[in-house]
Amino acid sequence: MPRVSALDMPDVPMGQLPEHLQLQRTRVVCKADAPIHTEAIQYSGAYASMGVDNSLRLESFCKNFKIEVIRLTEDEMEFDMIGIDASLANAFRRILIAEVPTMAIEKVLMVNNTSVIADEVLAHRLGLIPLNADPRLFEYLLENDSPNERNTIVYKLDVSCRKGGPRMTVKSDQLKWLPNGSELEMEPPNQSAKPKSYTSFSCSQDSMPEFSKKPLGMKHEDIIIAKLGPGQAIELEAHAVKGIGKVHAKWSPVSTAWYRMLPEVVLLKDIKGDDAEKLVKKCPVNVFDIEDLGNGEKKATVSKPRACTLCRECIRGVNEELVELRRVKDHFIFTIESAGALPPEVLFTEAVKILEDKCDRVISELS
Amino acid sequence: MEHGSLTDLSSSTFSLMDEDHTLANSVRFTLNQDPRVAFCGYSIPHPSDNKVNIRVQTTGDSAKDVLKDALQNLMVMFQHVRTTFDKAVADCKENRPSEHMNIDTP
Repeated sequence: MPRVSALDMPDVPMGQLPEHLQLQRTRVVCKADAPIHTEAIQYSGAYASMGVDNSLRLESFCKNFKIEVIRLTEDEMEFDMIGIDASLANAFRRILIAEVPTMAIEKVLMVNNTSVIADEVLAHRLGLIPLNADPRLFEYLLENDSPNERNTIVYKLDVSCRKGGPRMTVKSDQLKWLPNGSELEMEPPNQSAKPKSYTSFSCSQDSMPEFSKKPLGMKHEDIIIAKLGPGQAIELEAHAVKGIGKVHAKWSPVSTAWYRMLPEVVLLKDIKGDDAEKLVKKCPVNVFDIEDLGNGEKKATVSKPRACTLCRECIRGVNEELVELRRVKDHFIFTIESAGALPPEVLFTEAVKILEDKCDRVISELS
Repeated sequence: MEHGSLTDLSSSTFSLMDEDHTLANSVRFTLNQDPRVAFCGYSIPHPSDNKVNIRVQTTGDSAKDVLKDALQNLMVMFQHVRTTFDKAVADCKENRPSEHMNIDTP
């Protein structure tokens, strides 16, 4: 008998992975107690012994990568991102939340506040109000800069509640945009000096073409800022600047951005009759459906796997050998909820651009 | 920003300031996908420092070049993501102009 190498196994096909390894590589399997195969196999030589190249070629990435928009509204979108690793999908998500800039109120100059809400609490509330201003038209206010028309938006709030009248509610539409900058004057260093305002605008913002069509107002007009009792008043000026969510969450351009992997529900065996009915009833989001096979026989089918929330109700107890819950590792259902400054599709493009800039920065530092 | 022995260019640790998991994890992914890389990993030495260390050991090539290639690959991938995304959004707006901007659509 001729001697053969132990590694030479003619019944193992070279160049393709056996089914169970392929499943490990591409799916997370959710068992009743915990999910398994959750790790991404990133190392290019992970399957070298089986003649499988696990490296990612740019051409194959470009060929297989797909995006499908599921839903797109003014401030929310959902899309499927297929054929990308979780590390990159997560990078997009992190950038969206923490590093895409927006405008938010940063400095509040209190002139008068006799309301029950304390100055610092009121200032914090003002900071969280989403502004309807495109941050791409502004520059960052750096440490030694003076606030000007390119980096600051000024708002004024001057409200009072009539003595003897009913209590009133102050809403965000009462914040008025001051296109000419601050109206408050700094205390002059000496008597003879001309008083200066807190901003140094060289021209009015509403004379600039990018703002003349679209005033820099509030995104929502009905956000409650404070409540005033009879005789109480608030007078203040709020200065909004450009910033990122990493510094403070008020600058985050999204309410939230998240992704989930595509659920895959597999029936390992045929489920018929009463068992099928029971299975359909078990699922709170109606993933399963009944197929009529004729002559009174019924079979369970998976009709809406996308709706699966992974509650695992269907695999509790007896069903673990019948139903398998999986997630596709490279298929992400991405949702972006914009806070309002920019539409969600623009936010995503901006996020990817920021990542490109990061790469570019490191490349130039390396060379 | 780069630390490594001067005689052996095939393994280096790169210390990037003002970066975090966002870039480091993506770079680690592309580096691991490169067949020239023997080992690659990253760490953030302290959560309050804005700094990340990326370790690259190659099978012979200069670690710096391999890292640069990985970043370049990453950029090409991002550009492709962006064009694909823009195309998908344009398609969506074209095909469903009535649904677009309608908040009540499920």
